[in-house]
Amino acid sequence: MKKSFKILQNGVLNENPTFRMVLGMCPTLAVTTSAENALGMGLATTFVLIGSNVFISMLRKIIPDKIRIPAYITVIAGFVTIIELMLKAYLPELNESLGLFIPLIVVNCIIMARAEAYANKNTVWDSFVDGLGMGIGFTLSLTLIGTVREILGAGSIFGHTFIKGEMQPILIFLLPPGGFMILGFLMGLINKITDRTTPIRNCGSCPMNCVERVCEKEVEA
Amino acid sequence: MKDIIIIVFATIFVENFVLSKFLGICSFLGVSKNLSDSIGMSGAVVFVMTIASAVTWLVQEYILDPLSMQYLQTITFILVIAALVQVVEIFMKKSLPRLYKALGIYLPLITTNCAVLAVAILNIQRDYTFLESIVFGFSGGVSYMVALVIFAGIRERLELCDIPECFKGFPISLVAAAFVSLAFMGFSGLFAG
Repeated sequence: MKKSFKILQNGVLNENPTFRMVLGMCPTLAVTTSAENALGMGLATTFVLIGSNVFISMLRKIIPDKIRIPAYITVIAGFVTIIELMLKAYLPELNESLGLFIPLIVVNCIIMARAEAYANKNTVWDSFVDGLGMGIGFTLSLTLIGTVREILGAGSIFGHTFIKGEMQPILIFLLPPGGFMILGFLMGLINKITDRTTPIRNCGSCPMNCVERVCEKEVEA
Repeated sequence: MKDIIIIVFATIFVENFVLSKFLGICSFLGVSKNLSDSIGMSGAVVFVMTIASAVTWLVQEYILDPLSMQYLQTITFILVIAALVQVVEIFMKKSLPRLYKALGIYLPLITTNCAVLAVAILNIQRDYTFLESIVFGFSGGVSYMVALVIFAGIRERLELCDIPECFKGFPISLVAAAFVSLAFMGFSGLFAG
């Protein structure tokens, strides 16, 4: 029980996918124009993350090492299709506003990185908890960014407008430049509070060993 | 002809994949550390995106549509792209060793570059013809290249700056990216309609 709690805490705080690992930046920047969208995206990603982690962990002794990446992609794509069809059926509005970024969950590096670095080596239960923790961490970060952007850019929180009359919200924060800026400043602020830095890894969108902070490709070269 | 030109310029400047559509951010932030790396990476992206647009368009038109299996689009496309990247890598290694040397190490990173999958899906969503899809894929890759090369230049300057400790690394790059993106917003409205 204690171990599970530790894994959970690791996902939410120590290895927070957005602010610590800096993974999955595309949806982080693109869908955080409102807190509601951000929350929806976070939950959809959490679902896929838990599903793929559990499945890959179950299959970890069956999947041959050489073809593990394509196997992971297939599993992940399966779960993404499930959530895609569910959103279309039950939450068409959310589906409309997230749009392209729902199918793009497939290539979200967080999911690939957790499959490669965690689910591949650990038991089903631990992988489930890890997926849940990472998912919560991602959802919280996204909602935080979404809330800040919505307050500044639209003067509302979760759709409830509080700036009325003479005052105008700063529209730029809803546009692409605002996304980059808010994420940059939030990350800097969190670093300041926790007294850490987030150096840039060279591996780009590479799913391999993102967690160990050394890219396999670099080691080979 | 006019449509094609509009697609090229609109994709590169107005709807820049990285700076206004947020596609391929991970590699944008990771790779754009120096100029030669960014040129290599974006060269590989242009190459794969052009081929991927063509192949996925054909898959959609001749396999998924006739069998009405559109709901398998995501799975099919990502597998096609993953396989394609492998094939391109093997082919390049064998017949174009010089090109492989320049682009090879970036190829495995491309499967998980969301810009490639996005291009494939957007081609279908926007009902592009075969030719338009290829042009869109190519100019999407070029837009990625433009963003990466510009940003690599800024990155090299940032290295020399005295930045507060907590902003070093990712945060300052994101803030710098915000200004580049702001500059690109100047192009919006250039090709209305």
